[in-house]
Amino acid sequence: MSMVNLTIDGVSVSVPATYTVLEAARKAGVKIPTLCYLKGVNVAGACRVCLVEIEKARALAAACVMPVSEGMVVHTNSPKVRATRKSTLEMILSDHNRDCLSCIRNRNCELQTLADEYSIRKITFEGEKSPSVYDDKSFSIVRDGSKCIKCGRCVAACNKQSIGVLSFLNRGFSTSIGPAYDVSMADAPCIYCGQCIIACPVGALHEKEESEKVWDAIQDPTKHVVMQVAPAVRAAIGEEFGLPYGTRVTGKLFAAMRRLGVDKLYDTNFGADLTIIEEGNELLNRINNGGVLPMITSCSPGWIRFCEFYYPEFIPNLSSCKSPHQMEGALIKSYYAEKKGIDPQTIVTVSVMPCTSKKTEASREQHQNTDGLRDVDIVLTTRELARMIREAGIDFCNLPDEGPDMDLMGEYTGAGVIFGATGGVMEAALRTVADILEDKDLPTFEYKSVRGVAAGIKEAELTLNGKQIRVAVAHSTASARKLLDSIREGTAPSYTFIEIMGCDGGCVCGGGQPQVPAQDLMDIDIRAERAKALYEEDTVMPERKSHKNAEIMKLYKDYLGEPNGHLAHELLHTHYSPREIYPDSLAE
Amino acid sequence: MGKTKMTPEEMSAKLDAVLATHKGEGQKALMSTLQQAQGIYGYLPLPVQKKVAEALDLSVAEVYGVISFYSFFSLKPKGETVFTVCLGTACYVKGAQALLEKIEESIGVSSGDVTKDGKYSISACRCVGACGLAPVILVNEDVYGRLTPEELPAIIAKYKEAD
Ligand code: SF4
Ligand code: SF4
Ligand code: SF4
Ligand code: FES
Ligand code: FES
Repeated sequence: MSMVNLTIDGVSVSVPATYTVLEAARKAGVKIPTLCYLKGVNVAGACRVCLVEIEKARALAAACVMPVSEGMVVHTNSPKVRATRKSTLEMILSDHNRDCLSCIRNRNCELQTLADEYSIRKITFEGEKSPSVYDDKSFSIVRDGSKCIKCGRCVAACNKQSIGVLSFLNRGFSTSIGPAYDVSMADAPCIYCGQCIIACPVGALHEKEESEKVWDAIQDPTKHVVMQVAPAVRAAIGEEFGLPYGTRVTGKLFAAMRRLGVDKLYDTNFGADLTIIEEGNELLNRINNGGVLPMITSCSPGWIRFCEFYYPEFIPNLSSCKSPHQMEGALIKSYYAEKKGIDPQTIVTVSVMPCTSKKTEASREQHQNTDGLRDVDIVLTTRELARMIREAGIDFCNLPDEGPDMDLMGEYTGAGVIFGATGGVMEAALRTVADILEDKDLPTFEYKSVRGVAAGIKEAELTLNGKQIRVAVAHSTASARKLLDSIREGTAPSYTFIEIMGCDGGCVCGGGQPQVPAQDLMDIDIRAERAKALYEEDTVMPERKSHKNAEIMKLYKDYLGEPNGHLAHELLHTHYSPREIYPDSLAE
Repeated sequence: MGKTKMTPEEMSAKLDAVLATHKGEGQKALMSTLQQAQGIYGYLPLPVQKKVAEALDLSVAEVYGVISFYSFFSLKPKGETVFTVCLGTACYVKGAQALLEKIEESIGVSSGDVTKDGKYSISACRCVGACGLAPVILVNEDVYGRLTPEELPAIIAKYKEAD
């Protein structure tokens, strides 16, 4: 690799020739502020917050797009740089709805942080505010145009997903960000993955908040609140309380949820273990009875919407299994209600999820029983739960370690935990399917070739009891698109089973997880940090295969009967239908 | 109006022919494709945007975004009689906004729209290069300069009589 020597604020550094000034400065330990830059997503040079002075250059340069060159002398802190940055910030703020106090990103906003760092005290060019929309019609995503600084990070994030729901609309003072015709997110071909929310530096995009509903249910003595939490949450919620990236906080998480006052507390890992039993049996049925293959997982509602909108011909390939928290919700209102003698009408099921798409998933009519009872009543994101914990005054970091309630549906295995990372569902399924096909308790069951984030598509091939099983794992809808295109064109090998997750890295980087500041993302791969926490939990669990979950086995014996049997189908399986992209009526 | 109209099938076939030459070309082919599509249809309705997006391998929002950026692209069909009001700086300071509002009121639709019967449409544009005549409006290809709102009814009536 050819290297280049340059000086930044008097510090000499040697960096690869492909670096930008921003990256070189990072290496030299010099911090340059950024706003529109998001590593690996958006490199646009649009906001001009990262301006630096380069000796012998005529004008100030945007560090995030300026390539380094030999002998370059850079000043990041000259009076001219500071003054220009300040007025750039003032410009942005002059057309911004600055109600930080009641803003969802208060204290966690890149713009607010910059305003603080640059001691912005007054906005000199106070002018007319540009027109903006407020859109909260979808179940998942709220757009607040009055907070938007048109940095384009969301547009780039959605394009990176290969979806392209968001675009710059109109021009000049009227520029805004939105779908075609500026329709609501409810009417756009959006999969609600929330990657745009994760990319947004400010409060212009966020989840549709539902925590008030949870508080109300907890207060209501006639309601029985059952809360469950997905595996990925434990790998990230610590960040909301200042803990280092990748800290596993399972024990404190359960302790905190219990202190909110819910009546029952479970882990979605139980539903994950159950999913493996149902999905594993579905796969074996398809293999043995000439069913549609490859079978594709159905845990990720972002992926499901992507399939329904963009690849409807693959709907027959989708596993009919509901996602783990939906299964668990359905059982809480049937099995649990019956065993505990509680009227299901009084039960409120709350799922804490790393995902914004789950909010819409829970509202699907396929996820209600015949009396119109929803499997899951309320879905909270990881961020919403963190807000509730703060609101309750709970000192998260000093909580003791606790666990879920250990009766009926509290047990889980290591296989359930790894669902939250890309490759995890595949590995969990293989652990069980291999044991069934080989008819023994196999001593080696870690499938490391499907782990990791370096490749968007991962593959493995194994022979089980003479049967060739070829599997693939894709994370992010862009990788899913690549994989499905290769299957469509006939260039892919014939897979038996495929895992697809809508988000890059899997659920640990879902749209409901804590936002990581762009500056931190320059140094770490958040996908790997959070996944580590889950694989660590897997190794400490007494049981690491879903079919060894004793409560699951009891559930089949006492209630469900056979896997994929009649009652299992009624409660735990679902169906899908194609969706139309921008129906022509939208333009009228 | 002199031009012979194409049938919807003819328009669609023509568009398909254009798109066939730009398959998968993305952003770089978008402007020219949209111009040709507008040449065929007279405007760019949603079904046309969807076809363009699909052919060029772009999202509908990207296509719509570009259309909304350039004022010479139109999302609505043009009327048989087209009123265009210049809102360039010179015209604006000489009161073009009042002219726009007066025409809107007289034909009953607002800027960027067409009347239900398809007869009249109105839109604003940027400087047409006749600042000396500000404020300027165009009716079809005819230019009217140094206009006052009081003179408008007579001009509008002239085009109403013509059909
Ligand atoms: S987006 Fe940021 S700067 Fe704007 S109001 Fe919210 S917290 Fe304040
Ligand atoms: S939620 Fe996902 S699909 Fe929808 S706009 Fe955001 S990034 Fe795009
Ligand atoms: S919504 Fe957020 S990410 Fe998108 S352009 Fe506006 S400020 Fe940037
Ligand atoms: S221009 Fe460099 S961060 Fe925006
Ligand atoms: S501003 Fe209207 S013609 Fe120039």
